[in-house]
Amino acid sequence: MTTTSKLIHGYEVVIGFETHTQLATQSKIFSRAPTAFGAEPNTQACAVDLALPGTLPVMNREAVACAIKLGLALGSHIAPVSIFARKNYFYPDLPKGYQISQFEIPVVQGGEVEFFLGDEKRTVRLVRAHLEEDAGKSLHEDFIGQSGIDLNRAGTPLLEIVTEPDMRSSDEAVAYAKELHKIVTWIGICDGNMQEGSFRCDANVSVRKPGGPLGTRREIKNLNSFKFMQQAIDYEIRWQIDQIEDGHAIQQATVLFDPDTGETRAMRTKEDAADYRYFPDPDLPPLHISEQWVQEQRALMAELPRTMAARFVADYGLPEYDATTLTQSKAMAAYFEAVAQACGQPKLASNWIMGEVSRRLNTSESGIEQAPVGASQLAALIGRIADGTVSNNAARQVFDALWTGESTDVDATIESKGLKQMNDSGALEKIIDEVIAANPDNVAQFRAGKDKAFNALVGQIMKASKGKANPQQVNDLLRAKLGG
Amino acid sequence: MTTTTTKALHDLGVSELAAGLRDKQFSAVEAARHFLARAKAHQNLGAYVALNEDATLAQAQAADARLAAGTAGALEGVPIAHKDIFVTRDFPSTAGSRMLAGYQSPFDATVVTRLADAGAVTLGKLNCDEFAMGSSNENSAAAPVGFDAPAPVRNPWDTTRIPGGSSGGSAVAVAARLAPAVTGTDTGGSIRQPASFCGITGIKPTYGRASRYGMIAFASSLDQAGPMARSAEDCALLLSAMCGPDPDRDSTSLDVPAENFSAQLNGSIDGLRIGIPVEFFGEGLAPDVRAAVDGALKEYEKLGARLVPISLPRTELSIPVYYIIAPAEASSNLSRFDGVKFGHRAKDYADLVDMYKKTRAEGFGDEVKRRIMIGAYVLSHGYYDAYYLQAQKIRRMIADDFQDAFKSCDVIAGPVAPTVAWKLGEHGNDPLADYLADIFTLPGSLAGLPGMSVPAGFGEGGLPVGLQLIGNYFQEARLLNAAHRLQQATDFHLRQPGGL
Amino acid sequence: MALTPQDIGRIANLARLELTPSESERMLTQLNGFFDIVEQMRAVDTSGITPLAHPVAAIQDVALRLREDVASEPNQREANQKSAPAVERGLFLVPKVIE
Repeated sequence: MTTTSKLIHGYEVVIGFETHTQLATQSKIFSRAPTAFGAEPNTQACAVDLALPGTLPVMNREAVACAIKLGLALGSHIAPVSIFARKNYFYPDLPKGYQISQFEIPVVQGGEVEFFLGDEKRTVRLVRAHLEEDAGKSLHEDFIGQSGIDLNRAGTPLLEIVTEPDMRSSDEAVAYAKELHKIVTWIGICDGNMQEGSFRCDANVSVRKPGGPLGTRREIKNLNSFKFMQQAIDYEIRWQIDQIEDGHAIQQATVLFDPDTGETRAMRTKEDAADYRYFPDPDLPPLHISEQWVQEQRALMAELPRTMAARFVADYGLPEYDATTLTQSKAMAAYFEAVAQACGQPKLASNWIMGEVSRRLNTSESGIEQAPVGASQLAALIGRIADGTVSNNAARQVFDALWTGESTDVDATIESKGLKQMNDSGALEKIIDEVIAANPDNVAQFRAGKDKAFNALVGQIMKASKGKANPQQVNDLLRAKLGG
Repeated sequence: MTTTTTKALHDLGVSELAAGLRDKQFSAVEAARHFLARAKAHQNLGAYVALNEDATLAQAQAADARLAAGTAGALEGVPIAHKDIFVTRDFPSTAGSRMLAGYQSPFDATVVTRLADAGAVTLGKLNCDEFAMGSSNENSAAAPVGFDAPAPVRNPWDTTRIPGGSSGGSAVAVAARLAPAVTGTDTGGSIRQPASFCGITGIKPTYGRASRYGMIAFASSLDQAGPMARSAEDCALLLSAMCGPDPDRDSTSLDVPAENFSAQLNGSIDGLRIGIPVEFFGEGLAPDVRAAVDGALKEYEKLGARLVPISLPRTELSIPVYYIIAPAEASSNLSRFDGVKFGHRAKDYADLVDMYKKTRAEGFGDEVKRRIMIGAYVLSHGYYDAYYLQAQKIRRMIADDFQDAFKSCDVIAGPVAPTVAWKLGEHGNDPLADYLADIFTLPGSLAGLPGMSVPAGFGEGGLPVGLQLIGNYFQEARLLNAAHRLQQATDFHLRQPGGL
Repeated sequence: MALTPQDIGRIANLARLELTPSESERMLTQLNGFFDIVEQMRAVDTSGITPLAHPVAAIQDVALRLREDVASEPNQREANQKSAPAVERGLFLVPKVIE
């Protein structure tokens, strides 16, 4: 399972994750209220969500479909029969005084998530993923001594994805979380919006001496950014090690991360917090998932990112790094394939997308879907680089024009800006001869072994050709003429 | 029609009222006013906990319009009342609890809607044990109409005695003819037992046949809605409107189509095999009850039925099994009463947890607290397997026992309760006495089978005795048929308590 | 299996019920009386028996019904909050929640 565990002050770190993914359904898991984010308080909490007397839950088919998709994506066992259970505890954001969840028999069992940590391929095993309902929200800021409860979020469908404690560093944990985030957004079950709370991680962290028994773990709750995840886990590890070194035992606790201080802090301990009195919910008969339904979902599912990346390596000859970067989203991958297939230059396509395209998208904070340069346009441009019509530098100018909307046609832009590379070797040879003749010192220095002199000659030739010479051609011809 | 014009409106059954309304012998408004007046005249019985005359008369007027237009439903204009376990928009819904004093539901229970769609007019809400927990209606924290504080709900046959529970108000209303028919709910016997104690007819259908949406939940896997009236014929009319799938709102509601339960009322019962469980006729059965039940069974034999001895060996076990499962589910169902979204909230508290504890201490009565405590205990860590899980397993064995029994009989018959109605306050210091008296109704409840109580005679002090009929799943029509045939051969169901 | 006063305290806390000392005492006696009745149930041999959740599952499979994913509930905040003990700007107010 673990190859090398990076020790911290001689301690091995053990991390497991529980991730709550909000499912991208229209309505809630047990009621028909809408799930859209940002509505006025309690305008999306219907009678069922408010637990008004006499209300009962009715299951959303699409939430189950999401669970099936996740199970297929992670190679899990999808339970043909699973049971909903009540998790009983009192909290103002929990209207029924219990959460409908799954306990003994969850809908998704086992499975794994593969990802790269630097160059190393890692696998984190899943214990399970189960369906449950989200709670509401407590708002503290505007009220003195009181909290305001908004139950709009209560009843939003969640898949809680639980891993084995397979991770051994905060880096690995964050890499896992990023991969899981990519998968759930890729297969369309979650919108991945972490600021809106669509993807929240609880990290169970403990430390031990290598070979020793598992240490007591503390749970860092509700990490909703990768940056905070890293900070929180790093802090927690150092804190636990300090505690142990000072002779204190670690008490099991639930902790919160404070982004302002960068510290984790134990929540007020709730006595009997562990006694949830789980029992099968008598309002919900067992959930049956037929083999047929699973097969139908399987047929509908697109290629997964890891599979697609492997295919890019095999079919397009791309390096792993490129393939992984290009499969960061379905849209990005589709864009790449369209460009690569249209121009037949996959590596160039990859370079341009990871370079020029991504840079501009990041600056404008937009997605590939909003790129002003379409796949066919980029393919056409790359084609002109490949056939020598323009140099890479000139191509950037064309790209600029396309991106800003100054022009829309690649060839027309090349024409109008006079960016055509000089490919006429006769004219070029003439220029080269003139430069050689005009720079006898450089020639002599080059012949004496100084490569810098060669570059100076190249520079002169490019200048004389007003940048239109094909650099490769210049190189070849000059070398040939100098006999070196 | 001579029959209807010579009788007072409150002496008419549901079908007679429906016919009279259709024939324009009287209007829905007249009928409503008549029963409202009776409700107020006999408010000492404590049956009604809420009236809303404006709403009732508005419903009655609408019914009259439909009767005139010829778009009348099967129960058009027939006045009924609902156990205060069903939420209603036009009346407060309290479930007999301080926790919900004055609570206004924004929606109607499905069963209420279905009866309204059939044309029924709601007179008011009926008293019940708090959250349907009780066998005597002595656990109600609601103030009956005409009172400022909780007051005893009185058996019309002897007002010093309990009417039964938890649908006590419902049974009283029918027995005292303050409504021709009512709704009740039955979890462990709460329709059958008060029907027996008050000399009326009541039926609990198969679990899952009537929607639970809008029924304030006590024990989710046991609660069922059902009608109570003065005859099987009337019960059949209401049950037909009440039953039917509710796939949009109740996941435990079965896909069994709505049925016309009146269609087979008059079928012959010649050759009907009536199973007699030996365990229902042991030492605990009072002699006067036994005599009345035996008398009814003899009537059945005269009608051609055959009595077959059967055994339900786990009858006694049904008490602990029920009193583990029901409180467990209730303890969870009642957690929503926390003073946050609706209902009672304590006035003074130190912090959030204190608010919860005081709110619930003030809002719930003793019996409810007891059952919440039992429920929380049997679900708690370390006890779940030994208590709750074990009880659910024995429950299956009890259900299987019934299936075995039904191999040799068509319906099962026996007493509803070991005695007739006891005196108000008699079980006061001994809540367990109530539990033990449920012994005959609990097994059918646990199995989810349909069950009826039919007036079978009278016992000590002239108090009514009911005969229990238990059918196999979905056999409500057969039960109603058997009950109807008995009622054609006897007149126990027509007798009325004096002075009313 | 007799309950202790500590059990009563623990369960009352789990159930968020405040009991006076005399109520606790009474509760202890009543619950112990109740559990005496329950004891006979524990001794029953139930090996190989699956629990019965939905009663009709005794004779036929009862499966969870699934509904289409349609957000059809309109905003009824006012009606839904009519019986709320404390509401401000659409939020349910409670004593401050300390985490």
